[in-house]
Amino acid sequence: MGGIGLEKDPWNVILTGVGGQGNVFASRMLAKMLAAKGLWVTIGETFGATQRGGSVMSHVRVSVDRRLLSPQIPKGAADWVVALEPLEALRVLEGFGSPEVRMVLNDRPVYPMGVIAGEMDYPTQEALRADLDALSKEAFWLDLTGIAKALGSPALASTAILGAFVAKSGLSLTKEDAFLALKDSIPEKKLASNLEAFEAGRLAAGA
Amino acid sequence: MKELIEDCPGKRALFLGNEAIARGALEAGLGVAASYPGTPASEILESLALVASEANLYTEWSVNEKVAMEVAAAASFAGIRSLAAMKQNGLHVGSDFLLHLALSGVRAGMVLVFAEDPGAHSSVNEADSRYFSKMLELPLFELSDVESAKEVIKLAFEISEAFKIPVLVRSVTRLSHASGVVELGPLPKPRRNAVFRHEGFILDPDLGAMISAPVPLKRMLLQEKLAGLKARFEEFPLNRYFGPDKPETLLVASSVAVLYAFEAIERLSAWDKAGLLALTTTYPLPEGLLKAHLKAPGRVFIVEEGVSFLEQSLKAFVAEHHGELGQKRFLGKDEGTLPGVGELNVDVVAEALAGALGLSYEPVPKAYASKAAEATLMHAPQRELAFCPGCPHRASFFSVAKALALDGRGGFVCGDIGCYTLAMLPAGFQVIKTLHAMGSGTGLGSGFGKLGRFGFDQRTLSVMGDSTFFHTGLPALINAVHNRSDLLLVILDNQGTAMTGFQPHPGLAFDAEGKGAMAVDIEGVCLAIGAKVFVADPFELQETERLLLGMMGEKGEGVRVLILKQPCALSPQRKGKGAYEVAVDEAVCLGEACGCNRFCTRVFRCPALFWDKNAKKARVDDVLCAGCGVCAQICPSGAIQKKELVWAA
Ligand code: SF4
Ligand code: SF4
Repeated sequence: MGGIGLEKDPWNVILTGVGGQGNVFASRMLAKMLAAKGLWVTIGETFGATQRGGSVMSHVRVSVDRRLLSPQIPKGAADWVVALEPLEALRVLEGFGSPEVRMVLNDRPVYPMGVIAGEMDYPTQEALRADLDALSKEAFWLDLTGIAKALGSPALASTAILGAFVAKSGLSLTKEDAFLALKDSIPEKKLASNLEAFEAGRLAAGA
Repeated sequence: MKELIEDCPGKRALFLGNEAIARGALEAGLGVAASYPGTPASEILESLALVASEANLYTEWSVNEKVAMEVAAAASFAGIRSLAAMKQNGLHVGSDFLLHLALSGVRAGMVLVFAEDPGAHSSVNEADSRYFSKMLELPLFELSDVESAKEVIKLAFEISEAFKIPVLVRSVTRLSHASGVVELGPLPKPRRNAVFRHEGFILDPDLGAMISAPVPLKRMLLQEKLAGLKARFEEFPLNRYFGPDKPETLLVASSVAVLYAFEAIERLSAWDKAGLLALTTTYPLPEGLLKAHLKAPGRVFIVEEGVSFLEQSLKAFVAEHHGELGQKRFLGKDEGTLPGVGELNVDVVAEALAGALGLSYEPVPKAYASKAAEATLMHAPQRELAFCPGCPHRASFFSVAKALALDGRGGFVCGDIGCYTLAMLPAGFQVIKTLHAMGSGTGLGSGFGKLGRFGFDQRTLSVMGDSTFFHTGLPALINAVHNRSDLLLVILDNQGTAMTGFQPHPGLAFDAEGKGAMAVDIEGVCLAIGAKVFVADPFELQETERLLLGMMGEKGEGVRVLILKQPCALSPQRKGKGAYEVAVDEAVCLGEACGCNRFCTRVFRCPALFWDKNAKKARVDDVLCAGCGVCAQICPSGAIQKKELVWAA
């Protein structure tokens, strides 16, 4: 659908992570790339106090036609979950997952304050993998923070995960599309590394 | 944000809701915009300020919302279209002015956007302020989606100018902070010439003085305007109907609830039974349109967030016209079809509608839902809110908490609004025990400080940020000084409005557009009004604590002010430039064997300082650490070590 491989209409993607990881940025880039292809896109999110170390979520909804869409995806209606932090993916599934949902995950945990303070436990990766496998159709784990660090900054994980997601979901979006979406949104000196991260994410996901 | 001022009609752009509002104002020929930062409204002025010079605007962050309204009104009086933007609280702050502005009227179009926060994502209230429209007799528009928001704002300006009345426009978090594709319209380049005419007869709307008196006459004029508006709203293009000609059940919705209701009907495949009347003009209501749609259905389901504003209006309307409209059954908030508090969403509305229509709504298989709930419960520890690594507030409240404990008289802190509000949580050692409006901490503190004659001897501290000081803190402080209240005020001066994204305030030497401005010195103001003032760096824990204890120990009445100065950790001055390199010396950290009981990680709670369960030692996360060096001062064994870093200027 829409000439770029939309599997469904509306197509619902949730990007999630922890405040400060670049979730808002990544959702905006994705939406910009899709809007540039003539699609109607909405993003639903909240920012403000919720971002001080809290869980964050952006709901991206895509349609070929202009229509009235709630900025928040209804229960069980997420087609994809893109998680910069793996635990957040689990939280998202509770509200919006279904047996059909597919996921791209960055495997690097960000510990909640209670874990940092030694009062709570973060699940082991095996436990988390088992949960996520049981609750989704497919879950792709990638070391995107590792890839981002190799390119110079852990913050690039947000662009890398976009590349990985584009590859996995079969959207026909290229580095050129990423360039167009990024060029007015970030300082010029960061453009090259972000494009590299996008491409590295795509390759890591098997594009 | 180059697209905001792109004159390229027909082009589509992805805008944040608040940017769509800003674009609408620009397409309407905006000249002046004023605001006070507050989530979810801040990006309206922020985006306008960015394009101010190119678009020939005057934009400002005003000292508070009432002044923002006044600045905008002055422009309107002088013939320049203007916008005031604020979060819900701001409408309440400025309502006194608005009460009079309704009577004086305006000249060039003036629109007041208030963005509310159902669900209180970033507020300490859930205000639904729509009743102000009825109370003040002012028209109210409710924005429902990003795509149409721009058009509604343009119409709001036209209507305001045609009727010489300020127009209230309500947004909510889910619209202001949603993004959507917007089709750009033409950008006018108005020639502006500001003149305030006042030489005419007092009742002359174009040439008379702008005054709310003679009150009865001005109210009569206002009510005439409302009658005209009612007629005008019959034709309003963004009052929309979707669905069959004669539905059994009519949903009536406004604001983002329009989207929820629409999608709920869609998800239930119920378009054969239900129709949706989506209203933008919820005061005054378009009566002809209502009559046309209310005749057929036996059941009316009002879908709205906040209080039952629309529901009450519709019930009154149907009662008034029952001869023509007949008996209706009403569903909504009043009889509990929808929850009375919190946000709505598609699922809440779909479930309620399914119940009403005798359908079932099961968006997720039950087995999946319970498996997911169990996994989350077992494996997903909650994320509590915390101050950023290197935040000056953590250090400030650490000292405050310690001083209060040492004082030992059941002392407490009267809190205020900003990032530092988190001190009601463990992040700030739970020292804040009262929390209300901007500036209220010090008003309350002023009151507590006068209870001595009734035996009150608890130490009362109030806190406020630098931006709050100017907003509404100052009158409360003057009150406390004048009345010799026994109050300690701690001003947390982090040199910006950190919470909402570093908007400048009157204490800083630059303005909304980044140009030079007069900086009003907080310390100088406090001294001038007669308070005793101390200044310290909150990162110097010992000195701060010494000062606090000294202030607390002082006998007698009178206000003492401690200004704790240190820029926000995310501020451009500090970001990425830690003062110290900090690490835990594992040989010295005794871990659980230390008498401190993991004091550093358990109590101090900097997100960059974590407890390594396996090694049983504290550690510093060098990616997160902002290098403030504060934790090095709290370890009783001296295991946290800091090395000063030097940054090239
Ligand atoms: S934004 Fe600034 S003031 Fe707010 S919590 Fe972070 S460091 Fe503290
Ligand atoms: S120096 Fe200590 S308190 Fe400051 S940010 Fe680093 S770990 Fe946190």
